Amino acid sequence: MTDGPLLDVRDLRIAYTTRAGEALVVPGVSFGLNAGEALGLVGESGCGKSTVALSIVRYLGRAGRIAGGSIRFEGRELTTLDEAGLRAIRGRRIAMVYQDPMASLNPVMTVGRQLVEAPMTHEGVSASAARARALAMLAEVKLADPEAVMDRYPHQLSGGQQQRIVIAMALITGPALLIMDEPTTGLDVTVEAAVLDLVRELRSRHRSAILFISHNLGSVVRVCDRVAVMYRGELVEEGPVRRIFTSPRHPYTRGLLDCLPTLGSDKRQAPLVPIAGQVESSLARPQGCGFAGRCAHVEVGRCTARPIPSAVVVGEPDHRVACVRADELPRWSRRSGADAAHEAGGPGEPMVAVQHLTKIYEPRRRWLRGPRSPVRAVRDVELAAARGRTLAIVGESGCGKSTVAKVLSGLEVATAGTVVLDGVEVGALAVDARAAALKRKLQMVFQNPDSTLNPSHTVGYAIGRALRRLQGRAPADPAAGVARLLEVVKLSPALAARKPRHLSGGEKQRAAIARALAGDPDVIVADEPVSALDVSVQAAIVNLLTEIQAARGATLVFISHDLAIVRYLADTVAVMYLGTVAELGPVERVFAPPYHPYTEALLSAVPVPDPDHAGARILLEGRVPRADEIPRGCPFATRCPRRVGPVCDETPPPVQQFGDHRIACHIPGDELSRLQTPLVQPRAVGR
Amino acid sequence: MKRFVVKHLLFLLLTLFAVSFLVFTLNEFSPGAVARKILGAYATQEQVDLLTRQMGLDRPVLVRYVDYLGALASGDLGYSTRFKLPVREVIFKHLANTALLAAVAFACIVPLSTVLGAVAGMREASRLDRVILMFSTVIASIPEFALGVFLASVFVVWLGWLPGTATLVAGGGWSVAAQLVLPVAVIVLFDSGYVVSMVRASMVEVMQRPYIRTAVLKGLPFRAVILRHALRNAMLTPVTVIMLQINYLVAGVVVVETVFAYPGFGRMILEAALFKDIALIEAGALVAVFLAVVTNILGDVAYMLLDPRIRA
Amino acid sequence: MSTPVAAGTLSASSPAASRAWARWRRRRVAALAESTPATIGIAIVLAWAVLALVAPLIAPYPPNANDMAALAHPTPSKAHWLGTDHLGRDLLSRILWGARPVLVIAPLAVLGAAALGSLLGLAAGYYGRWIDLVITRACDIVLSFPVIILYMIILAHFGSSAWNIVGVLTLTKAPIIARIVRGMTLDLREREYVAAAKMRGESALYIMLVEILPNARGPLVVDMCLRTGYNVIIIGALGFLGIGLPPPDPDWGGMVKDTYGMMMVWPHMALFPCAAISSLVVGFNLLAVGLRELGLRD
Repeated sequence: MTDGPLLDVRDLRIAYTTRAGEALVVPGVSFGLNAGEALGLVGESGCGKSTVALSIVRYLGRAGRIAGGSIRFEGRELTTLDEAGLRAIRGRRIAMVYQDPMASLNPVMTVGRQLVEAPMTHEGVSASAARARALAMLAEVKLADPEAVMDRYPHQLSGGQQQRIVIAMALITGPALLIMDEPTTGLDVTVEAAVLDLVRELRSRHRSAILFISHNLGSVVRVCDRVAVMYRGELVEEGPVRRIFTSPRHPYTRGLLDCLPTLGSDKRQAPLVPIAGQVESSLARPQGCGFAGRCAHVEVGRCTARPIPSAVVVGEPDHRVACVRADELPRWSRRSGADAAHEAGGPGEPMVAVQHLTKIYEPRRRWLRGPRSPVRAVRDVELAAARGRTLAIVGESGCGKSTVAKVLSGLEVATAGTVVLDGVEVGALAVDARAAALKRKLQMVFQNPDSTLNPSHTVGYAIGRALRRLQGRAPADPAAGVARLLEVVKLSPALAARKPRHLSGGEKQRAAIARALAGDPDVIVADEPVSALDVSVQAAIVNLLTEIQAARGATLVFISHDLAIVRYLADTVAVMYLGTVAELGPVERVFAPPYHPYTEALLSAVPVPDPDHAGARILLEGRVPRADEIPRGCPFATRCPRRVGPVCDETPPPVQQFGDHRIACHIPGDELSRLQTPLVQPRAVGR
Repeated sequence: MKRFVVKHLLFLLLTLFAVSFLVFTLNEFSPGAVARKILGAYATQEQVDLLTRQMGLDRPVLVRYVDYLGALASGDLGYSTRFKLPVREVIFKHLANTALLAAVAFACIVPLSTVLGAVAGMREASRLDRVILMFSTVIASIPEFALGVFLASVFVVWLGWLPGTATLVAGGGWSVAAQLVLPVAVIVLFDSGYVVSMVRASMVEVMQRPYIRTAVLKGLPFRAVILRHALRNAMLTPVTVIMLQINYLVAGVVVVETVFAYPGFGRMILEAALFKDIALIEAGALVAVFLAVVTNILGDVAYMLLDPRIRA
Repeated sequence: MSTPVAAGTLSASSPAASRAWARWRRRRVAALAESTPATIGIAIVLAWAVLALVAPLIAPYPPNANDMAALAHPTPSKAHWLGTDHLGRDLLSRILWGARPVLVIAPLAVLGAAALGSLLGLAAGYYGRWIDLVITRACDIVLSFPVIILYMIILAHFGSSAWNIVGVLTLTKAPIIARIVRGMTLDLREREYVAAAKMRGESALYIMLVEILPNARGPLVVDMCLRTGYNVIIIGALGFLGIGLPPPDPDWGGMVKDTYGMMMVWPHMALFPCAAISSLVVGFNLLAVGLRELGLRD
């Protein structure tokens, strides 16, 4: 195996049978992977990265087939290998880690039985020997108490633990190649960071080559040596991580980097540059460059006539790009802001003010069951959003940020505390109880583009109905009203007649924004509005929201788990943990020391798509306590790396006020400042 | 587990109360009509009135219902006017006959439909799958009496291999075993058609789950993927349905019993209903509901045994 | 066309809209044709529907007319293609006429059950709490009762008529539909478009009927198809047990009951009605299988 790469994919073509006939979804991909090397395969949804990965293990389902090309692995041709040969390679020489660990594990089998399967099948070892190996492997993926874990069922473990099990299951046979398909998607930032660190560490120990598939450029940087960028079934650029991220050549790669918000910049300094158009289907491809339709540098004829070959970049032998104009394009440099100390003006009058908000979910008393302890989703929260400004609420899953949004919108009612919306107390008012004017005043944009619009209704009906209900009367010309709103969100009025299933994710989200705007609201509550979208579409929606907000002077309450977007978009930020606000303040002060220790951990965990980004990682131990086992003292005490002593467990932390910046922590602010280093460096390079 | 038992017992009691009350009032909400039913159309009005008084039927329904419950509690199920025997004996005899038929049929249905359903569902849209799917759909579509007629015309009329009736009286040269063949065949075919499609649908769904992909890409042989990973998951949904078939086999096979003149529980109720044998109808309905709820519980228990997520 | 926009487009470009409608319809029909089971199922059901409709025109004899001459030789002949029954009545005519009550009662009862069941299921799933508890328990009780026994008791008591059968079938099938709709409502009510509807102040009734129910229609239609088939079986079984539609008008189950005793001599008398009822149920069930396949593919 000394000659030639471990894995050599040459001109791989993959076709899928659809109702319309056979479509070539991957028209020819070539790349190699050396032993022990890690290659990242990045691209947006539907670009074919998972298809390529699954074709390596020949698992394409009934509709897909390899239509040509070759895949050589350890000198053997995989495309023509028979079933027995494949079985001998799968799980032994090539192992996989999947996106959704819960779904990837058999729910009715103990973890232990699933772990020992591969060694017992492939190496014929005894059950006890396999069990010993499994225990050692569980220790290696840093699961506490491996003996106990072996006898658990998957549903008894957390998401992070499940993914560790899947990784242990893959590595237990010592495979030469590990394929990881979006292994951290869906995990919380801090859990993701821990899993990525684990992968890095295991990599250095096991010498397995890794094919790491992700849509997240930041996580690729943490794990990989080289990166390959895919668009519409084609590999558009490939090279060492540093080169791809510092001097990308392909317009698509550049576009991806430009549309990502970074922790160091915000909307006032460096607006995001979305890629024009939307992610195009791999099913129907044009003659020439697949990206031509969205490319700013397209030259009709040269770019669109024939397929674009992949060529080595002049002077960079390990960097390939599939763009005929690669050499003519100007140099790229990282977009960044000049001064991070920029202040966002005065506080402004409050539009939304939340005080002592507590929401307790009384679990339904089941028949014949004892009362279960109530779930405190949100405890004693204080927030305010100024008129025309953006308040971002950030935190990991289960921190209560969505509950705050629901109470604001009246979908839930506060258990205690007050919520004042433009001078009116609404905390105790469910949406049904709110006056028409109040309903109009506050509208919501939701997370999931697939469920935000009713699949049975046309876009026009959805928006028209909202117009009629929220304006309290039938508009004179409803069609014109719908068309006008669609225009505001930059959609063609022709879409009004379509049902949601004919729209892309970005279009659906735009239509949902148009629906929310129907009553011309003063407050828009957006609950993770972009987290289910592709990055190139994300930027466009974020820009649209800021634009609309500026044009209408509306207040935006933006709920998100993505710190980079929050940094970009927000004026004020609230960091929530376990139902409480850990830190609240103007965005540039929250993103600079002193940090609340939780904010600090969150910030350090964010995967940054920049190979030069240095920064100590603060890994959180343990898991988030369940909502019914909240610690008596500081909610973060059980995981806090800066825990000072029993006082953290016993006493709720005091809220320290530094001007308009508040931190709930036992450690004095100046000491925090002394202990902490800035985790976000504003870059000085202008653009 | 204790909570589970208590909950189900309470539901059982609730159901029994509801059903006994419904059946009771249905039969007796017009007191004169009961006596008329018993005495027949040619009795004089005087006779009817006399019997109504004798039976205490002129008292309010609720009072009589409480009386009835009291009698039930002391084990007195009443007297069957149709069979001229105590209800308890009638029910016991017919239930025993039905239990024989049901047990044989159940023993065939479970393995047959599990295997066929699993084999069809493990490779969706394969030729084998299409054949099994079509077969089970068509079989489940033929009413039991039609299936009986079809089978009888071949095996009784044409070939003469089997008897056309199953009276359980070993006469006419046919053993009891030979008499059972056709009724069991009809029940098994009709019921398997339904259960096979349930198992198949569940198997198809399971085969698309990511954990099956995990198992395949571990390099396990297909056999191990099916037996170790797919089958148990695929049985989660159908297991409750399979248990409910016991209910159908005992109380729902009246048509088959009629076709083959089988002296079973279903036909007993039909006769009781046609002859207005009120005591027998009421007791029979209670037994049927009791069985139904018990099989429901059995289904829940089986599900709990298969799925660790529920057990916790 | 209550949607303001669609109305606008329609009036503006009516020919285009009607072309789109025709295209949509073609696509729907083409989609059905893509599934072999669906095609066969539709063909069978449609064939029976047409035959039932024109039975008065094409049936060679009145359904209850006795042909004394045929009594000696009731087997199929030129005069009686399918033969006659033991009373000398033409089997073909009786089978054609017998399709009429079945094809009215079975779908009618399913529609009734769907309407009642959907309302119960929506209310249970949407409101939850005690409403859910009451509805679910009531459905469980009805469902735990072996249906055929229930039919026997009720029909023996009230006497048998088409309306009684429709009523009994509706009441006993509604809980099944309610259970399906409730399950889907529990899921659908958490969708964001429902939250959006609440936020613009829609009533609960609007949300249940306009936002939730249309999205439950796929499984509902498949299930209604299956239920229609089962109803045909039950109507046949009731006829066979002698508690179905009152004689002498032809009823497939009743025809089998009357002639089953003569199997050893004249099997055709029972076989032909059996074939008729089986083919109709096969039609409905194949249609259900096909619809499910098509639904999964979308």
